[in-house]
Amino acid sequence: MAKEEAIEVEGVITESLPNAMFRVELENGHKILAHVSGKIRMHFIRILPGDRVKVELSPYDLTRGRITYRNK
Amino acid sequence: MSLGAHVISRKTRKELEVMAGLGKVLARLMDEMEAMIAPGVLTRDLDARAVRLMQINGVRPAFKGYRGYPASICVSLNEEVVHGIPGKRPLCEGDIASIDIGIEGHGYFVDMAKTFTVGTVDAGKRRLLDVTRECLERAVRAVEPGKKLSCIAHAVQGHAEANGFSVVRDFVGHGIGKALHEEPQIPNFATKDPGPVLEEGMALAVEPMINAGVPEVVILSDGWTAVTKDGAASAHFEHTIAITADGVRVLTG
Repeated sequence: MAKEEAIEVEGVITESLPNAMFRVELENGHKILAHVSGKIRMHFIRILPGDRVKVELSPYDLTRGRITYRNK
Repeated sequence: MSLGAHVISRKTRKELEVMAGLGKVLARLMDEMEAMIAPGVLTRDLDARAVRLMQINGVRPAFKGYRGYPASICVSLNEEVVHGIPGKRPLCEGDIASIDIGIEGHGYFVDMAKTFTVGTVDAGKRRLLDVTRECLERAVRAVEPGKKLSCIAHAVQGHAEANGFSVVRDFVGHGIGKALHEEPQIPNFATKDPGPVLEEGMALAVEPMINAGVPEVVILSDGWTAVTKDGAASAHFEHTIAITADGVRVLTG
């Protein structure tokens, strides 16, 4: 089968939730639930509502994602 | 890469029996394909024969219509890696032909591929074919409950690269059962992720795709056929296997 890669999109944090989860509004208007990648946690990068972030989406579940980068 | 928990389905003994029954049908079908291979045979003749045999055995071609795939089996010649669409191209003396077939019956799927020689082929192609078959054998032997999925990648990549060949990155093996493609994806190359732990009840389609030259592939304008970027030959062997209490069982053997 063809390899399925995670889909990378950009969005804006709209809400900070417990457990390092965030609600992110994507460029296409969808609101998803996203957690923070281990690398971002390791470097204590703070993510606040209003930040632009890069999110990886699974091709299987487009309502959840993983924040991989905070744009500056 | 995978995100979150994509559950790998675990089959009951009964489900695996159904899949083993299908696997036998598919293995026989593959033998019939092998018997047909000769210079001058068109790839669509193989497809037609496979469809007929599927009808006789009361199973359905799993590839037909999958994301719009137009045929029932895949026949990939020489530099074609996978997903060659059967057509009016004839097999020629010296070709290698990879035949990939998936069937569905009683709500379950099995998947299998084998590369055959047409007449006498040169030593290079012969060796590619042998090494790719050995890659699959080594991968199957490597599988054990409790080990990580990446043991398959290590077995395949180690053997292929030791022989000077390369492992295709754009295609991977997959879980199989109630769908043709289930979790997990099974790369034939090492990645950062060692993958999930193998457990009893998992059914996996293990499919090394090995290129004689570079690992890169290009998809032709038909939207399906994947060919090697450098035009060198490629081989493909696949079995559907099950992890049981008594060890690994090749369902398509």
